[in-house]
Amino acid sequence: MTIGVLVFPGSNCDHDAYHALKHIMGVETRFVFHKETDLSGIDAIIVPGGFSYGDYLRSGAIARFSPVMQSVKTFAENGGAVIGICNGFQILLESGLLPGAMLHNEQLKFTCKQVYLRTESSNTPFTSEIEKGTILKIPVAHGEGNYYADEHTLNHLIENDQIIFRYVGPEGQNDHRYNPNGALQNIAGICNKDRNVLGMMPHPERAMEIMLGSDDGKRIFESLLKNLVSA
Amino acid sequence: MYKALVNVTLRKSILDPKGKAAREALHNLGHKSINDVRIGKYIEINIDASSESEAKDIANEACSKLLANEVMEDFTVNIIKTD
Repeated sequence: MTIGVLVFPGSNCDHDAYHALKHIMGVETRFVFHKETDLSGIDAIIVPGGFSYGDYLRSGAIARFSPVMQSVKTFAENGGAVIGICNGFQILLESGLLPGAMLHNEQLKFTCKQVYLRTESSNTPFTSEIEKGTILKIPVAHGEGNYYADEHTLNHLIENDQIIFRYVGPEGQNDHRYNPNGALQNIAGICNKDRNVLGMMPHPERAMEIMLGSDDGKRIFESLLKNLVSA
Repeated sequence: MYKALVNVTLRKSILDPKGKAAREALHNLGHKSINDVRIGKYIEINIDASSESEAKDIANEACSKLLANEVMEDFTVNIIKTD
């Protein structure tokens, strides 16, 4: 089994993701450069965080047209598991692999802190081993994580159980003050209709070791790896 | 040669936090009559096209494909002749 971690000019969480998968989860992992188009032998793709192409124009807007993203689109359409984290989430939105868009954080500040997420659905390969309602402590670090979708899209997300993570308080409280960016409905992560593409603003790859604050991020990769083994 | 003058702004229905912050700063400077500020992007594109309508089509396509994200932004295109 091999996990591919995409590398764009300006990616800066690619090495964190590589370390999390290769050294902590112990699974074969390789970097996939943005100019590559051959994804053969890769079982899941991580689109990491950072500032791809300097975030010029809009976050993720240029990365979307890179050669590797055309292959990732095909990979996802064929049912391959793809997880976009932070800037990776923004790239998946710009690519149309996930619905909606990201606005600037409502407080207009880059926000970097530990947040709490409630797992809203176990029905994805990324959360199958996490009981619905489980609170995960995972950090965010972004300036544009204010998730937006029109009412029609939002209703679809709700009806199809596509909202996977919401920002909550440490005890699971629903309160806007625990929302770090103003995202609609406190949305922190969503999946596509086919449930094989996940986008999330928080960084599970930075929550892999208790010594560094939390290892709740492992739960997401454990689910993914278990599903890849049984696939 | 034509030049496309493109304005990209957040959709009217979306709160523009940068515009709101600028409006509040203007209020603090005493400009109480300013009741709304919306901040967007201005883009100039030089286009080799045989007619104004062809240039407009090219600019519109450039906007919907890349320059604007129509999930959250609106755009306007004005074409001027440059030679």
